[in-house]
Amino acid sequence: MNGSASIVGVGATEFSKDAGRSETRLAAEAIVAALADAGLTTDDVDGLVSFTVDPVEETELVRSLGIPAVRWSSRIPYGGGGSQGMFQHAAAAVLSGAAETVVVYRACRSRSGKRFGRARVAPEPVSGHSGTTAMQWATPFGVLTPASWMSFESTRYMHETGTTSADFGRAVVQFRAYAATNPAAYFAERPITLDDHQNSRWIAEPAIRLFDCCQETDGAVAMVVTTADRAADTPAPVEIAAAASVALFEEEVASNHYRPDLTRFDGAAAVGESLFRTAGIERSDVDVAMIYDAFTPMFFLQLEALGFCGHGEAKDFVADGHLGPTGDLPCNTNGGLIGEAYIHGMNLTLEAVRQLRGQSPNQLADPHVALVSAGRTGVVLRR
Amino acid sequence: MTEPLRPAPLRTEENDGFWSAAAEGRLAVQRCDACGRWQHPPRAMCPACHATALSFVDVAGTGEVYSWSLLHHPQHPSFSYPVVAVLVTLDEGPRILSNLVGVEPAEVRVGLPVQVTFAPTAEGDVPVFAVRELS
Ligand SMILES: [Zn+2]
Repeated sequence: MNGSASIVGVGATEFSKDAGRSETRLAAEAIVAALADAGLTTDDVDGLVSFTVDPVEETELVRSLGIPAVRWSSRIPYGGGGSQGMFQHAAAAVLSGAAETVVVYRACRSRSGKRFGRARVAPEPVSGHSGTTAMQWATPFGVLTPASWMSFESTRYMHETGTTSADFGRAVVQFRAYAATNPAAYFAERPITLDDHQNSRWIAEPAIRLFDCCQETDGAVAMVVTTADRAADTPAPVEIAAAASVALFEEEVASNHYRPDLTRFDGAAAVGESLFRTAGIERSDVDVAMIYDAFTPMFFLQLEALGFCGHGEAKDFVADGHLGPTGDLPCNTNGGLIGEAYIHGMNLTLEAVRQLRGQSPNQLADPHVALVSAGRTGVVLRR
Repeated sequence: MTEPLRPAPLRTEENDGFWSAAAEGRLAVQRCDACGRWQHPPRAMCPACHATALSFVDVAGTGEVYSWSLLHHPQHPSFSYPVVAVLVTLDEGPRILSNLVGVEPAEVRVGLPVQVTFAPTAEGDVPVFAVRELS
């Protein structure tokens, strides 16, 4: 897909542990904010894109927002791993002419509602198209949570590369440092040391400690996508230079247990190749990256799959300080999903837009190219 | 104190043969009748040759630990903690998610040779693994 669609507005609710209102209301509030940010109104909106696992009904949303006519709607599979695919759908819609202005949104109450991290023993035959297809193979064995499903590739990765929990911890210390100076972050003003990380309790030994886990958050994020031509009339557009989605044979989301080599995130590698080729950039052109840190090991696997360092070298890349504000690849400058919030990856895209607009709480010096990776989907944004 | 009882597996049209075999004390993995491909988890069609004639065929029940994890939190009353969870590569090739039983958690490692055994649920046994002593 060529890069002539743009994100022209972003909006979000507060991020909390108990929003005290429905997902539909959270989505509507975020969408109103995103449209105001773009200088547009609901009359301009003719497309909607969300996640298959999002609980908000399009019909209810339209009833609340008063959108006159929806001409395009779609939903992306694969849960948070698919999150950046929303921009591929939205861009496809506006570039084909199926719609002119598409709102993408995700609303969740993953803490006060159906907790993402809870132990679930009732397997479901289908997964809401989340890509986590194999739960019936996990529940009889006590493998009941996202952290546990993802711990196997993590342990094997540690075994093959010599990476340790402390190596993971060094990335978390950086994410928490960013979160500490982000007022919207759950961990605002609460930085940690490596000792704090190493003293946090095991969730899935030897790979995942409590401080390696993303948040469970209530909140919503929405964005407005339109053509570059229309974007030129809006106050602060950001170009979608590339959007990619790759689902490989036998590569499941979270329950990724069956690929031959689980220490390499092949789907993310394919996403990266597509993004760099389509955007026409080199890895060294990326000024800031947002990489899906559901659990720290998954961040490491993506860093390597995207080609920012070699296989097994993420620990050295992190230890050398490259994730920090003066490093080669400042990452997750909002604090990431670990430090800021978990709106299923959408708050990473939000932070990428803020960086390119000069609106980040941890603003870098004049970034022009941002990469967002959710593993099997990703985008390159440019201004 | 009695051991907590695991939740019963969810039966579907594709996986029923696997759990039915396990309930009879056999580890049987889906295999394509046409091309002989082993595949796990089972599925509706052979992705190599598109045959739909697929059978659950007994395997040796031996393999080695590809990866592992000691699950500490959150805890559910159906299990004892830490849960020793393993991905086992069977000698026939497929990988299977299960538990390692009768082992000290500190002794679990990649490459351990294992042998299938079975553990009860409310609705039939499921396959788990024990360390296999090499002769
Ligand atoms: Zn076949």
